[in-house]
Amino acid sequence: MERIPILQMGDFLLVTIQVDMHDQLALTLQDDLSERISRTSARGVLIDISALDMVDSFIGRMIGMISGLSRIMDAETVLVGMQPAVAITLVELGMTLPGVSTALNVERGMKLLRERAYSQ
Amino acid sequence: MAALQQTTVDSLKRSESQLASHWQADLEASGATRNLKADDIRQQTAEFLRLLISVLEKRSTHNITTAEWDEIRQFLEKLSHQRAIAGQDSQQTASFIFALKGPVFAQLQAQYADQPAVLAEQLWEISQLLDVLGMHTIRTYQKSREAVIKRQQEELLELSTPVVKLWEGVLALPMIGTLDSQRTQVVMESLLQRIVDTGSEIAIIDITGVPTVDTLVAQHLLKTVTAIRLMGADCIISGVRPQIAQTIVHLGLDLQGVVTKANLADALALALRRLGVTVTKAV
Repeated sequence: MERIPILQMGDFLLVTIQVDMHDQLALTLQDDLSERISRTSARGVLIDISALDMVDSFIGRMIGMISGLSRIMDAETVLVGMQPAVAITLVELGMTLPGVSTALNVERGMKLLRERAYSQ
Repeated sequence: MAALQQTTVDSLKRSESQLASHWQADLEASGATRNLKADDIRQQTAEFLRLLISVLEKRSTHNITTAEWDEIRQFLEKLSHQRAIAGQDSQQTASFIFALKGPVFAQLQAQYADQPAVLAEQLWEISQLLDVLGMHTIRTYQKSREAVIKRQQEELLELSTPVVKLWEGVLALPMIGTLDSQRTQVVMESLLQRIVDTGSEIAIIDITGVPTVDTLVAQHLLKTVTAIRLMGADCIISGVRPQIAQTIVHLGLDLQGVVTKANLADALALALRRLGVTVTKAV
C-alpha cells in the first residue's frame, strides 16, 4: 500500500508530502504519524507540503487534524512550504487552520521548531 | 422573397458618383463626420458604394454572412474599428450606413416614378439590406469598443498591483484604488508568488490609497492576511487613516490577529525589529 514516508532527524520527525494526497493516504499518514510520535517521543514534527499543488476541504481538514494531534502528543508542529494556490484555496474554503504554525521553507521551519521545542 | 431588380442595380450603378456626393453631403449635414477628414470620408463612401454595387451585380442573396459579402463585411469591420479607436460614438458610426438610405431612395423614386408597386418593393428590399449592414457595423463597433475597454482594465489591473521589496525579507504592496474581488485575487496571487520567490518573511500591505474600507474590502484584506499566514509569512497592514479606522470600528469589523500600523514607516520599523535589524544614524 502506498505510504508517505516519515523520516526521523534527531528529536524531530520530517514528513514530506511528494505525491497528490488522496483521502486514504491522508488517513494512513495520520495513523502512522501518531504511532511514530509515541514510539520515538519526538519533540517536533515538520510537515513539508511544498510539492502539494492541489487541496480539497478534506485534505485541508486532515492537515489541520494532523497538526492538532501532534500538538496533543506534545510535539510542536510546523507546516512549511505551502504554495500560493493552495493557500488561496484554503482561504476560499474558509479553512484558516487556526493554531497551526507555518513557515516559508524547511530551513525556517526547522529553526522555528528548534526554538519552540527547546524553549519549553 | 422578392429580390432587387436588375433595373434597380443598373440605376444605382449609373448614378454611383452622384449617390456618393449626396451621401457625403448628408453625412456632413448630420454631423456624423465630425473629427474625421473629408478626404477619408470621400474615399470610404466611394469604396463602400463600389463594393456594394459589385456584390449586387452578382445577384447574390441578401444573407451577408455568405462569402460574396466578405469584402463588404471586412470593410465595415475595419471602418467601425477605426471609428471606435478615434473615439466616435455608436450613433455617428451607425449613421454612416443609414445616411446612404436618403440618396438611394431618392434615386429609386426617380427611377420608378410611374410604378409605385415596384418602387415600394424595391425600397423595402434595399432598406432591409442597408439595415443589416448597419447592424453589422454597430455590432463590430461594439466589439472593438469592448476590446478597448477590456485592454484598459487589464492594464489598470497590472499597474495597480506592484509588489516592492523594501528590505531583504520585507515586501510591501501599496494598494491604490477600490478593492473588489477580482483585484484582490490578482493582488493576493502576485503577493503570494513574490513571497515564495523571494523567501520574504514579512509582507506589508499599505492601504493609504484605498479610498474606503467597507465590510467587503475588510473581508478581502483578512483573506489575504490569512493566506499569507498559511504560507508561513507575517503580514502587517499599514496606512490606516483616521477615517478608515473610524469606519472599521463603526462597522464592528474584527481585525483581531492582524497587525495594523498608521503608516508605512512604522510598519517598516516593526518589520526591521522583527528581523533583528537596527538602523542607526551614521555619525
